[in-house]
Amino acid sequence: MSLENINPTVCPKLPPREGKVDDPFDSRGIFDLIRCINDPEHPLTLEELSVVSESQVLVSNEMSNSSVHVYFTPTIPGCSMATLIGLSIKVQLLRNLPSRFKCCIEITPGTHNSEQAINKQLADKERIAAALENPHLMLVIDQCLDVEIV
Amino acid sequence: TLKLQHEQTLLGHEDRVWCVVWSPKGNILASCGADKTVRIWAKEDGKMVCRNVLSGEHNRTIRSVSFSPCGNLLISCSFDGTCCIWDRSKSGEFESMITLEGHENEVKWARWSACGEYLATCSRDKSVWVWEASEDGSEYECSGILTHHSQDVKQVLWHPSMELLVSASYDNKINLYCQDDDDWTLHQSLTGHDNTVWAISFNATGRRLISCSADQSLKVWELDGPMKKTGVWKCMLTVSGDHPRVIYSVDWCKNSGMVATGCEDDVIRVYTLDDTDGLSLSVVHAQAHEKDVNCVSWNPKQAGVLASCSDDRTIRLWQVVAATETKLI
Repeated sequence: MSLENINPTVCPKLPPREGKVDDPFDSRGIFDLIRCINDPEHPLTLEELSVVSESQVLVSNEMSNSSVHVYFTPTIPGCSMATLIGLSIKVQLLRNLPSRFKCCIEITPGTHNSEQAINKQLADKERIAAALENPHLMLVIDQCLDVEIV
Repeated sequence: TLKLQHEQTLLGHEDRVWCVVWSPKGNILASCGADKTVRIWAKEDGKMVCRNVLSGEHNRTIRSVSFSPCGNLLISCSFDGTCCIWDRSKSGEFESMITLEGHENEVKWARWSACGEYLATCSRDKSVWVWEASEDGSEYECSGILTHHSQDVKQVLWHPSMELLVSASYDNKINLYCQDDDDWTLHQSLTGHDNTVWAISFNATGRRLISCSADQSLKVWELDGPMKKTGVWKCMLTVSGDHPRVIYSVDWCKNSGMVATGCEDDVIRVYTLDDTDGLSLSVVHAQAHEKDVNCVSWNPKQAGVLASCSDDRTIRLWQVVAATETKLI
């Protein structure tokens, strides 16, 4: 398969977080969960490709109304991997966040040709549930999440 | 003023519970979910207990269950693309009778028509199938495939007294179908929702239909003119601003006229009819579940008894009661 974006811009990684962390689920904490996700095409992380950034992670961490909103930016507007990247972010958050969080994953407005269609798919929990029962797709997602495949 | 009184929490499902439904007599509750089982619940010594676990027929999530009008048959719909009909007329326990195959992928919902002659199913493959039961009810033959939706079809529902079929879809539309000679044809398409229509429910008379959507609104549609299946339906009311997230389920109680909703915000809301035929929000039960409320279902016989199920793996039973004033001192 040929790469869609042959020569992506590579950004530096944030240094590890230092000091005492009061809230592990602030925007930096949640960014730490998703920045190391591998891009499906490039041997680079979503952080290095600027697909995700700390400022694009919005958190409301009240006990009765906890929610996370992540915007991600595909490297090119026609990226066919956008849904897969969104799914990988979704799975990583579902696996690592306390269940009180409602997670919304969307494309940064104006950065993809099929923005609305992809956002609608990523917001449909029934379709997400069905997709996550597909073993082939889960294999690809687990590779993105760097989960050891047994 | 009213409130929802928690009666019981039913534990047993090992994953998200997608659907919960009462039998026509209101004495049995069926539930299903991502653990690939159907559970049958009934009362013993005043408490609902799990009487049977139906498993082995589906190898993926069971999205929904529904009883036949006589209550002897149960249908389960699965992401594996099949539906299974379970029969309890022989032994008293539900045993698998037939598997309906034909949909290309996930089957979302199935419902028998009021007389039990027809069965409708719908799927992510964008189609609605109408099946016709043989005279003895042991076989089902496909008598129509309706492909008017452009996206996956979330629910199907029959009118309570006429042979009018309704479907709700990810394409934001609600379609109405009826038979023209022998063919099932699209009669009307109801547009107005701005996002996926997740669920639909008729009121007792069948003159009104309520729908809920990912656009966070409810819409009430009314039959304009005399009661016939070719009648035209119009939107008479939109309720928005009460739900801050996706509304997954709506059920119109055929006895009391109350409307219950299940929402992504873990809240169950109950509306009552007001003097001007509008819906008045009477109960907002916060944290009814620990996660999304996927389905709410009124007991068809016992007034004010509601069942709900959730991603939190539980089923909860509720009773609508008058809210007594709380004294501060």
